[in-house]
Order: sequence, then structure tokens, then C-alpha cells
Amino acid sequence: MIIAIPKEIQPSEKRVAIAPENVAAFVKLGYEVVIEKGAGEHSNFSDSSYEAVGARIAGDPAEVWNGELILKVTPPSVEEAERIREGVTLISFVYPARNEGLIEKLSGRKINLLAMDCVPRISRAQSMDALSSMANVAGYRAVVEASHVFGRFFTGQITAAGKVPPAKVLIIGAGVAGLAAIGAARNMGAIVRAFDTRPAVKEEVKSLGAAFLELDFEEDGAGSGGYAKVMSKEFIEAEMKLFAEQAAEVDVIITTAMIPGKKSPVLITEEMVKSMKQGSVVVDLAAEGGGNCELTEAGVAKVAHGVTIIGYTDFPSRLPTQSSRLFGNNLVKLVQLLGTADEFSINQEDEVVRGALVLDQGKLSWPPPPVETSVAPVKKPEAKKDEVAEEKSKNPLLSGGFLLGLLSVALIALGWNGSNEFLDQITVFVLACFVGYMVVWNVTPSLHTPLMSVTNAISGIILIGGMLFVSGANPWLAGVAIFVATINVAGGFLVTQRMLKMFRK
Amino acid sequence: MNAGNLSSLYPLSEGLVTMAYLVSGIFFILSLGGLSKQETARRGNLYGIVGMTIAVLATFLSGKVSNFELLVPLMLGGAIIGAVMARRVEMTSMPELVAILHSFVGLAAVLVGIASFMDPGHSDLVGSDKLIHEIEILLGVFIGGVTFTGSVVAFGKLRGSLSGKPILLPFRHFLNLGMVVASVYLGSQFLGQEYDAALIPLLIVTAISLVLGVHLIVAIGGADMPVVVSMLNSYSGWAAAAAGFMLKNDLLIITGALVGSSGAILSYIMCNAMNRSLVNVIFGGFGTGSGGGGGSGSTEIEGSITEISALEVAEELKESKEVMIVPGYGMAVAQAQHVVKEITETLRGKDVNVRFAIHPVAGRLPGHMNVLLAEANVPYDIVFEMDEVNDELSEVDVLLVVGANDIVNPSALEEENSPIAGMPVIEAWKAKTVVALKRSMATGYSGVENPLYYKENCRMLFGDAKASLAQVLSGVN
Repeated sequence: MIIAIPKEIQPSEKRVAIAPENVAAFVKLGYEVVIEKGAGEHSNFSDSSYEAVGARIAGDPAEVWNGELILKVTPPSVEEAERIREGVTLISFVYPARNEGLIEKLSGRKINLLAMDCVPRISRAQSMDALSSMANVAGYRAVVEASHVFGRFFTGQITAAGKVPPAKVLIIGAGVAGLAAIGAARNMGAIVRAFDTRPAVKEEVKSLGAAFLELDFEEDGAGSGGYAKVMSKEFIEAEMKLFAEQAAEVDVIITTAMIPGKKSPVLITEEMVKSMKQGSVVVDLAAEGGGNCELTEAGVAKVAHGVTIIGYTDFPSRLPTQSSRLFGNNLVKLVQLLGTADEFSINQEDEVVRGALVLDQGKLSWPPPPVETSVAPVKKPEAKKDEVAEEKSKNPLLSGGFLLGLLSVALIALGWNGSNEFLDQITVFVLACFVGYMVVWNVTPSLHTPLMSVTNAISGIILIGGMLFVSGANPWLAGVAIFVATINVAGGFLVTQRMLKMFRK
Repeated sequence: MNAGNLSSLYPLSEGLVTMAYLVSGIFFILSLGGLSKQETARRGNLYGIVGMTIAVLATFLSGKVSNFELLVPLMLGGAIIGAVMARRVEMTSMPELVAILHSFVGLAAVLVGIASFMDPGHSDLVGSDKLIHEIEILLGVFIGGVTFTGSVVAFGKLRGSLSGKPILLPFRHFLNLGMVVASVYLGSQFLGQEYDAALIPLLIVTAISLVLGVHLIVAIGGADMPVVVSMLNSYSGWAAAAAGFMLKNDLLIITGALVGSSGAILSYIMCNAMNRSLVNVIFGGFGTGSGGGGGSGSTEIEGSITEISALEVAEELKESKEVMIVPGYGMAVAQAQHVVKEITETLRGKDVNVRFAIHPVAGRLPGHMNVLLAEANVPYDIVFEMDEVNDELSEVDVLLVVGANDIVNPSALEEENSPIAGMPVIEAWKAKTVVALKRSMATGYSGVENPLYYKENCRMLFGDAKASLAQVLSGVN
């Protein structure tokens, strides 16, 4: 079976579906890999580097379009769609919601179409999640673009020529792209703040070294599919107030708030842009869906009110080598799901394949039945943990008081009608129990084993019981007791000593 | 020693003996107190030895002991055997040693109980004194019997000569209950009887207690051994205390109570660490859940595992700043603690901050991992408890799981239906990269699948832990 990689034809597209590193994985699965001449050129992969790992270079595009499994980055153009043979399988970004015409056209070709952008966002499919890979690249590139047009250092310095204040960067939306942007901006030395409607991401934001901005407002924005849901009106008002405050203070704003299949929410108004310092930068990663900034123009960078507003829609393509590698890795994982060359099949039982499948032999199978994500329920166990902890903190107290009461009652009952000697013994016993409890309660866990072997040695005190009977009616019975108890005493103390000697600082 | 002096001391007055016992009891308390901290632990052990010596000497000289020609050789023999055992034992086999020593206490308690019954002094008692004494004998023998066979079974399981899997007889709770009821009934037959009529019920009760000990412990799985061992530790204390009651010996009572309560506390701590109730443990059948156990509760895990080679692990380790090692029973089995220590030293020499995270129930004995690491000369100030490090794990570049499974299982927190749900675990998956060393994909003792291995940031290094780590070590060098 032949896997074919055509050259991307949009002038702005610099990526290619697979990198030379990926070829071997396909060959191992039994596929023959054909790559159009010059396909990797813009990603800095030469034809010879593909050939060196076992791929064939096709000079004639027609040969590529003859392939049985076609791997592409962007959705096919109308011309490309016409070149596809009937019955083949195509895997690429498809965006079926916006490309209905294309889907119709392809459906006429009776092909199988798998959309990389429709791979369900469940934990098992993370390794095939091309949207995440690309978002990661976009987040990084957004910072690079911002620093490129920003007139100052990102990092703060104290030099002989004076003090340089660090740049302040606000990142809105801590999804994959947002987190990548936080990491990149932090690494360049900027002070980074991030905002997200989902409190659950706070920890991730903090772990990357950014401050997490919070509203005095309780509402969880976690929706399904790894995206945030739309928030209430009051929440949005509070949020906008926060952004307005921040806009006047920060130097760079990077917005990443996208809602799949819908227009992106406007988060940065013209007013806010006006309040920003001269030379500040806004990078809008949601430009394709209309933009998070009121002034964003998709595809271009422009200056408004002294602020550069970057609305590129091709961030991943601006880092083509990296993007192609990651996309290629995602493709390898997906093709592995489809099987080897000999046993290639589109198994609709598999929810990942089912989710990505847009056309099944030309028949529309999109959208798929809903899949529950594994991200959403994370919060529940946490809440439960608290409950458990609470229960625990309550329980010993309750049962402690109860036990104490029970103990007192039992002791009084014993005192009612017992011999004095016995009561003396009980006194000693109960007090010793409490002493033991007090003494041992705070033992450090690393000493549990030595403590146990010492108590074990000490409990060999029963030896004395044996000694008292050894001159009695049954010396051998007592003798055996003495014998084993002595083993216990000697063994216990010596082994403890041996162990304790080993502990050193 | 000067024979003249000795003879003038012999026999000690009753008051002197009592005071000597009191001093020895104080030493035991100081001993346990000393063992709660690293700095004072060795002194604590010494106090214990002093206390024991005083007690034995005082008993020797009390005038109540004769038959030295039998006594002395037995004690010498026992001491020599004990010393040899203590010297020879591998640190990885500590759990077995502790378990078998517990069984000795149990056995001694049974024998002392029966000897006490057969002693003519017993028949001389009358009225309520006799009754109390008989109850004490019964209790001592019963607890001793359970401790004895229970510890032997635990020993077998820890050594691997018995299967670690829980053996569950049908209606086992009824069986246990039946045995207890039968013992109570036979006990009541025993009370107030003449010697001959009483002996048979006493022996039957002894036999029942032995069977009960076996039955209780076979029902408990290997992973729950830390709780079992500390529980048996506690039982052995109560057995000694019961002996103290029947002998009217305050020292035995004090010591037994100390040991009993300390063992009970340890069991309680272990139980907390596994999120189980103490009641559940005492009645056995532990780690099986009411739903009939292990694997059935686990759900299918999605995703695939990613393998890694030892050399790649070495590279990862060299490039990181923070490394955390989580050891488990697998490290003990593979005897890998020395290699682990070598790796630790090499990496620390390269300015990598290597630390250890220990789960309270890692291994087969409370504190088992600490002892192994100490044996390998890992300084104890880089060894941390689970609670101390769980919050910092996201800063860790590489987290190395050496032969641990259930204690790093995320389903304990994420899956409500999991048999180990609610058990506190080391949240290994928070680290940037997790490398798990395992022999195979087999599940841990709880029989629960571990989703950690399927996480994106987890790499598997298959093979014997010691061999794999030796390769890692050569890679790191």
C-alpha cells in the first residue's frame, strides 16, 4: 500500500505532512512512502533526506495523487479534490464545519476522509491530537512575533548603562497555546500573568512560573472537549473589568480564546487598546474565528493607536520544521491505529477513528456521536478528597470521645466487684497503654521498622514468665518458652542495633 | 564478678525485685521514646537492652527461680541463635525476621499460659481470685495462639513460601465468629473446674486459637503485610500483658501494654496510609473489598505505553535538575538499593538534586524502604515522606519509580470505583517525566491496573530493576 505526501500548494503554507524521521515508522508498518518533489523544501527537509530513509521522490504530481493513503496538512483545494482517485483514504486537517462545499465534492469521489482536527480530545488520543501540537507551536510563535515587534527586552537587566525593566505579558486563555506562550515568555525573562475561566488550570499556570489572575467570582468555565464554555453575563463583566485594568499596565497581550465552530469572543476592546502604552503588542491567536481583539484583522499585523495588533492565522506554518515534525508524529500514531499495510482498515469501533472519520466511502459520518472527555471529571475526585479528609478529621475525635466514655464505664464496672490486686494491675495496664500511646504517636515513619523490632525484642519480656515456671511442675514447657523468648530478645535488639547503625545523615 | 558479693545479695528482697522491675519498665518507656527520632534512636535501643538486662537479672536473683542447669543453657542457646539470625539477615528480609520473632512471643505466651495453669499455685487459689486468674490464662493463651500461627503464616507469605494471594474460604466471617463463639463457650466450661476437667477445654481453646490465627492471616493479601505485621506486633504485646496479669507481674503488664499500644498505633498509621479501617484489618479479609475484590473494579485503560531504554533514561537523568526516586517492593526484591545509591551519588556529584519519596506502606513492613536505603548508605535527610513531597512533584524533571505500583496509582484519586479509591498515593504523574521500572505489565498486589503507565509523560523501562539500573548507572557515568 502506498502512502503519498503531496506538496502543499497554498503559497503561505510552509509545512509538509511528514518529516523524514517519520518515514521509517511507516516503512516498518509495511507501507511504501512516496513524496512529491520539493514537498519538504520550505520545512528545510530536502528530497535526499527523505530518500535516505527509504521514501521515493515523485517528480510528477500525478503519481502522488495515485497513492492509496494520502497524507496532507491543509484541507485539499477544489483542484486537488478533483485529482483524488475514487476509494482512497485522505488524512489532513478538514474543518468540516466550515468546508461544506469541499466535503460534498469529496463525498462524490467516494473516499474515506479522516480529519486531524476531529480526533477526539480524550487521553488515549493525545498523541494524535494535531490541534494541540499546532496550538503549542502557535503559542511559542506568538511570543516570538510579539518580541520581534516589541521595542524592548523581555527580560529585566541591570547594566552599566542603566536598569532595564522586564516586559509584562498578559496571556488570556491557558489552553495548550496559552501554556506554550507562558513557557516561552517566561523563558525570555518576562513577567507573565495569565487568565483563564477554568480555575482547574491554575496549577499548570503556576507551575510554568506565571501569576494566575483571578476574579472575585465563583464560576467554573470547564466545558467538554478541553475547551472552556461560555460564561454568564456577570462573569464576563467582571472579566472585562480585569482586562481593562491589565491593559493599561502590561506591554504584551496574547489572546487564545477560541470557541470551536463559533465566532471568537471579543475580550480586548478598542478602548483597552487605546489605554495601552505606545509600542505595546497584541497577538491574537483567535484571529481566524474573528479575533479576541476588536481591532484584529485576520492574516495581517497592523498598528492602531500606537499598538501593534498581530492577527496572523498561520502561526504553525511560520515554524514549519517544528510543526511538520509534530504533525508527522501525530499522523504516525493515527496510521498505527488503522493498521499495517496488509491489514489496513478503518475500524469504526475505535472511538478515535470514529471521531476523526468525516467521510466513510463517500458517506457523511460527521459529526460523530459524542465522546466523553477525560479532562472534565477531574474536579470531582478533588472535592471528594476534601470530604474524606473532613470525615477523617472528625472521626477520631468522635470515636475517641466515645471510646474514652466506654473505657471509663468498663473500668468503673470492674471496680464494682473486683479484688484489689486485680484492680492494681488494671491501673498499671491502662496507664501503660496510655504511656505507650503518647510515646509512640509521633514516631517518624522512617523509624517504623526499627521501632517494631525493638518493641518485638521488648515483648520478649515474657521470658520472665517462663523463668518463673522453670522450677515448677513442667520445666520443659517453660523451658521452650524461655528458649524462644530469648531468641526474640537477642535477635530483636541486635538487629535493631544493626539497622540503626546504617542510618546516617 | 565476685561470688561473695553475689551470695550476700541472693535472694533479693521482694521490694528490691519490684523496684528493679520498675526501673526496667522506665527504661523500656525511654527506649520507645528514643526510637521516635533519628537522633535518639540508638540510645533508645540501648535503653531497651539495659531494661531487659535489669529485668532478667532481677528475676534470676529473686529466689523464685531455680533449675539453673536447664535455664542457663536454654537462654545461652536462644541468645546465640538470636544473635546469629540478627547478624545474618539481609535487610531485604527484615519483614520475615520481624514476623517470625513475633511468632516466638506468641508461642512463649501460649506455653507460659499453660504452664501457669499446670502450676500448683493455680489450684491453691479460691473464689474470685481463681476465676480472674482463669480468665487471664484463657486470654493469654488465646491471644498468644493467634499471634503464634498468624505470625508463622505472615512469615511464610513474606518469604514467598506461601502464596501472597489472599485465600478466602466461603463464609470466612462466620467461620471466624464460630471459632470465637466456640472459644467463649469452651472457656466458660473451663472456668471454675477442677484441674482434670479444665485441662481439655483449655487445650481445645488453644487449638482453636491456633487455627484462627492461620485463618485470619491467610485471608490477607501480600501488599497489606505492613498492616498485618504491625498488628501482630500489637497482638504479641497484648499476649505478654495477659501473661503479666496471670503472673501478677507488673513489669510484664507494663511492657505488654507498651508494645501492644505501640503496635496498634503503627497499624492505625498504616491503615490511614491505605485508607482502610482498623476494624477491617482486625477481622482480616483485608484488601479484598466487599465487592469481591481486586481486578473486577478496574476499568479498561485507554492509551498506549511508551518504552524507553536504559541509556535514554541515563541521558534524561543527566539533563535534569530535580530527580525524585520512588522505591517500592520491587526494589527490595531485586536488591537494587545499592545501585540506586550509586546512581544517586553520581547524579548528586553532577549537581542534580536527587531525592527519595517514600510511601508509608511501600514494601512489606512499615518503614521497609527507609531501612533498605539506610543499608545502602543513602543519607536520611534526602529521604522524604509522601506528604512532604506531593506538592513539589510538578517541579521534578524526572521521577523514577523503582518497583512500585499501587502507591503511585492515579486511580486511587481519580476513580471512585477503584478498589484502592481514596488511598493517598504519591502523585508521580505530576512530574515532568516519569520513568517506571517494572518487570512486566502485571498489576500490583491490589490487582488494579495502573493508568500511570499509559500517561503521556510516562516511559516504561522493562526488566529486572537491578540489571536495568546497572545499565542506567553506566550510562550516567
